[in-house]
Amino acid sequence: MKRPVPVLRLPLRPGREYESRFDREQSMLKMLAIPIASIVLFSMITTLPVLTTQPILPPFGFMMLLAWRLMRPGLLPVWSGVPFGLVDDMFSGQPFGSAGVLWSLAMLTIEFIDSRAIWRDHIQDWLIASLLIVIILLGGLWISALAHAAPNPLVLLPQIILSILLYPLVVRICARLDSWRLAT
Amino acid sequence: MAPPPHRRPGFSRKAQYGLFATYVIAIAGTVVAALLLVISVADPSGFSALRAVGAEITAPVARFFNSIRRTGKDIGGNMSAYFDAASKNVALTKQVRANRTRLIEANALRVENARLRGLLRLQDDAIEQVAVGRLISSTASSTRRVATLSIGSNYAVQRAQPVRGPSGLIGRVIETGPTTARILLITDAENLVPVMRASDGLPAFSTGLGNGLVVIKPLNLGESPFKVGDIIVTSGNGGLYQPNIPFARVVRRTNEGALARPLADPANTPFAVVMKAYKGEAREAQQAVAPDGATREAAE
Repeated sequence: MKRPVPVLRLPLRPGREYESRFDREQSMLKMLAIPIASIVLFSMITTLPVLTTQPILPPFGFMMLLAWRLMRPGLLPVWSGVPFGLVDDMFSGQPFGSAGVLWSLAMLTIEFIDSRAIWRDHIQDWLIASLLIVIILLGGLWISALAHAAPNPLVLLPQIILSILLYPLVVRICARLDSWRLAT
Repeated sequence: MAPPPHRRPGFSRKAQYGLFATYVIAIAGTVVAALLLVISVADPSGFSALRAVGAEITAPVARFFNSIRRTGKDIGGNMSAYFDAASKNVALTKQVRANRTRLIEANALRVENARLRGLLRLQDDAIEQVAVGRLISSTASSTRRVATLSIGSNYAVQRAQPVRGPSGLIGRVIETGPTTARILLITDAENLVPVMRASDGLPAFSTGLGNGLVVIKPLNLGESPFKVGDIIVTSGNGGLYQPNIPFARVVRRTNEGALARPLADPANTPFAVVMKAYKGEAREAQQAVAPDGATREAAE
């Protein structure tokens, strides 16, 4: 009886072209971990060695949260602003709890907008995100002014403009992550 | 994008309650976060342990990228140094010749100064440095100007120690973790530094503006005595900061003082020296007799 010779294959690629793609399950871990990890990692960007003399780095963690929330409604629960915000507070240097409150209020605001609006497209998402980013940054300044002496709000202007312009990029990254998340 | 289907959960009681519960959790979570915020506003140094954990987690990555950034900067500097080597050599030779006489004069002054100090029996506070580290990151997205130092209590860094770089004062330590410390930069709006004009010792205070500049306010009233280009140094008044640390250079005169740019740029400083608090012993002795917050004003 002839036996097939086992072919030595380098494990470079999981030869999926020979496997059926029907009836495959998406990885539950990937589906849950990617949104959470991406938001937390984007919150940690501020700890990279970007030494600036004024606040210029956009609030990437919040922008990622907005991108997931606006692109995939129903994926993140309404209360998820609190834990993500508290994680962001560990890195941002703001008084602890400031992002916890502000991000949660932002999530509730989007929930309210979703209950009123029927359809949203990308431009409207961008508008909602821009408004929320401006409110979050000014709110963060206001909160840190409660605890410490705070600078003039005009200091935030470059950061606000940069954040609004960079939001579509964050949405693109989020969309790529989403297609990876849902890939079988 | 169409609204999500979960908004109207139909007739299922369970789904309706589930949706309701998420709203309850969201609002309760917001209230809890607001309470945490109130606590941290009332006591800004609270939760420092959590922030230290955050800094410790990300410090290895920040250290790694910081060394890459510094190497890249060194390569650029070395490359550009080749291009104008000849002209720079001529200019430097001239400068060395001019400086030599100044150096001799300065040496004579130093000797004279030492002799006069000896006559007056002034004791020099030895410049006591605690440790040398690097700035590895800053709160680049927050309005607070706080930087992270690569060393912490493992090198005996403590709260309220001044930090300086080779070109001037950087700030002071506000929180320490096991291997990192957080430094309130002099450009933060909360950081108040007693300073003086280097040329004549005019006393003043400096406050950060949060946009990379500091405001210098003189103690005396009247028209602003500053000129563009004045060099500001720390005065050592009240302890904490050693006197005569280079601080800032005036860039604009205002009505009540001047705007100045700090001499030490946190992004470009090659190292940061943590120093002992100036006149720390005197402060400790004072605290032993009358601790902060323990003495109350007499009731009227």
